[in-house]
Amino acid sequence: MSTLADFLDASIRSATPLLLAALGETVSERSGVINVGLEGSIIVGCLTGLAAASVFGPSTALVAAGIGGVAIAICFAVVAIGLGADQIITGTAITMLGLGLTSTLYRVLYGDGGAALSAPTLAPIGIPILEDIPLLGQVLFRQPLPTYIAALLVPIIWWWLYRTQSGLALRATGENPAAARASGIAPGKMQALAVLFGGLCGGLAGGTLVLAQVGTFAEGMSAGRGFIAIAIVALGRWNPVGAAMAALLFGMASALQFLFQALDLAVPYQIFLALPYLLTLLALALARGRYRAPAALGVRTSRDAADR
Amino acid sequence: MIARVLRAMLEPALAITLSLLVLAALLAASGYSVHDALLALWNGAFGSWSVVASGTLVRATPLLFAGLAVTVAFRAGILNIGAEGQLLAGAAAATAVAVAVPSVFGIAGLILALVAGTFAGGLWAGIAAVLRQRFGVLEVISTIMLNVVMLHLIGILVRGPLQEPTRTFPQSALLDAALRLPRMYPGTRLHAGVALAIVGALALAWFLRATAPGFRLRMTGANARAAASAGGIDVARVTMWAFIGSGAIAGLGGAVEVTGVTYALYENLSPGYGFTAIAVALLARLNPATAIGSAIVFGALEAGATAMQRDAQVPAGMVGVVEACVILVLLASEWIGARAGGWSTLIRGGTPSAGASLNTVPQ
Repeated sequence: MSTLADFLDASIRSATPLLLAALGETVSERSGVINVGLEGSIIVGCLTGLAAASVFGPSTALVAAGIGGVAIAICFAVVAIGLGADQIITGTAITMLGLGLTSTLYRVLYGDGGAALSAPTLAPIGIPILEDIPLLGQVLFRQPLPTYIAALLVPIIWWWLYRTQSGLALRATGENPAAARASGIAPGKMQALAVLFGGLCGGLAGGTLVLAQVGTFAEGMSAGRGFIAIAIVALGRWNPVGAAMAALLFGMASALQFLFQALDLAVPYQIFLALPYLLTLLALALARGRYRAPAALGVRTSRDAADR
Repeated sequence: MIARVLRAMLEPALAITLSLLVLAALLAASGYSVHDALLALWNGAFGSWSVVASGTLVRATPLLFAGLAVTVAFRAGILNIGAEGQLLAGAAAATAVAVAVPSVFGIAGLILALVAGTFAGGLWAGIAAVLRQRFGVLEVISTIMLNVVMLHLIGILVRGPLQEPTRTFPQSALLDAALRLPRMYPGTRLHAGVALAIVGALALAWFLRATAPGFRLRMTGANARAAASAGGIDVARVTMWAFIGSGAIAGLGGAVEVTGVTYALYENLSPGYGFTAIAVALLARLNPATAIGSAIVFGALEAGATAMQRDAQVPAGMVGVVEACVILVLLASEWIGARAGGWSTLIRGGTPSAGASLNTVPQ
């Protein structure tokens, strides 16, 4: 493949787990819940994915990774929504829990020298005819399963958020939970489901890392992707289509480092890793009107709401 | 008075006990000897004066600085989760100054490095403060971004302008001996920064409790609207300076870590001090004086974890689980406290509007 095709391929590869996680976080933030514990879901997804892959094979393992992500999101939902605790503090604790738990369990399950352990990975699936398009065919239509899942989720979530009754209810919850409750929506339930969906996507993102890319587990391998996803959601203006474009941008930024290494350029690649974050800050500062965060984002669930 | 102190200690004691029980259960479930592992943890944290001085107290110092930074911010109703980035900014600036000044400056050079670190931390927080006050950007999101940007910035610095002279390793040159914080006790790693942190905590407690600006800060955090309308407090100004002050404290912590412990700048300088700091601040119920004790608890846990991994082959990551449990138990007990008639100060004296502050960002 040409350098350009390699670059695009690396961009899509880096973007896939980011997009999966960001799509889940978009839904969660649209309901008014900012889940900083997403990183925890991703890393737990990594480990459950690895553990399941050696027993059941990579496809089932992807499901297991999603379930792992949901499990840790349940902890978050219980404390942040059920008990109405501060979302940020809870999320930080959940991330610490996920990172600590996985590094412990990994060593317990596989011993200190487990680094050599490798899982069967998901082979790329070619889409007939389309994969034969010169240059782009191999890049866009010959990818492992999670990339297609992520790409399909974008229109599905967009349609659900903006074209269905329940999607409207979710957005209403994120803007004004009290008004949503007055119109017969149960905000706590809505938010809990949104967080669990976020956990599922986070787990799938972790599964993607292990099963479609790295093929093994390393402590802290989520490497801040949960935080990148939160940036992507903001840069994508809380819209799944925006998230897809933002994820691709972050993916390209991290693919640039491979390109620069290949071209042997003496520019510190960290500049490109940092740039998307600066761009996000700029976009947030300039955002106006409907491109803002949901009005009730991060607001603690009121106690009487938690009772219902 | 005594009853009040006892009641105030109940919640943190409960949180630590429950979390240690979780640790014991986790150890047992993983097939380790609970007795051996906890003994190794204890010995690694409090086994002798030398481990207390070189391990626990040295480890507690950055946690205390970052914990105080979180305390100031939360007390003012600012959800600053950027202590990590602000601490790293301080470490980078202190290193830059320390490698630039000639060693004949001696103690003046050291002080200059510490001041530079303090300013850098304040500046880094100041970006998030301006974004919040002028542009309405949630500080939660901006501080997360700034943490990552700082991490990459240090990656650039230690491979470029600040790289050690042989240009082999991604780290800065070792600081000149004259620019290092003096050791306080011979034969241990106990450095003067430990005393600085403790004095700083006491000074901050006095500031919040007994001065007019401290009062304005607390009022702004307790109820920004009431502080503005009834108290005539310039809420925007107080918030701005509290945010910057919070970052400055974290920055000083980073400068102290470089001049007192690592003597060089490198990427993994902080194993997440800025995040553990949230646990430190919450366990201390957002009281700066109490944070001294709470930082020592977490310093002991982290120092002990290293020993536990070395002596009982228990993964040190387990301590992360304990830290997370402490936070979660405190959050849960806040809820139980509210049910039981409100003896919890996390609601009343603590973070009343830390959550609410997200939606009180001025437009």
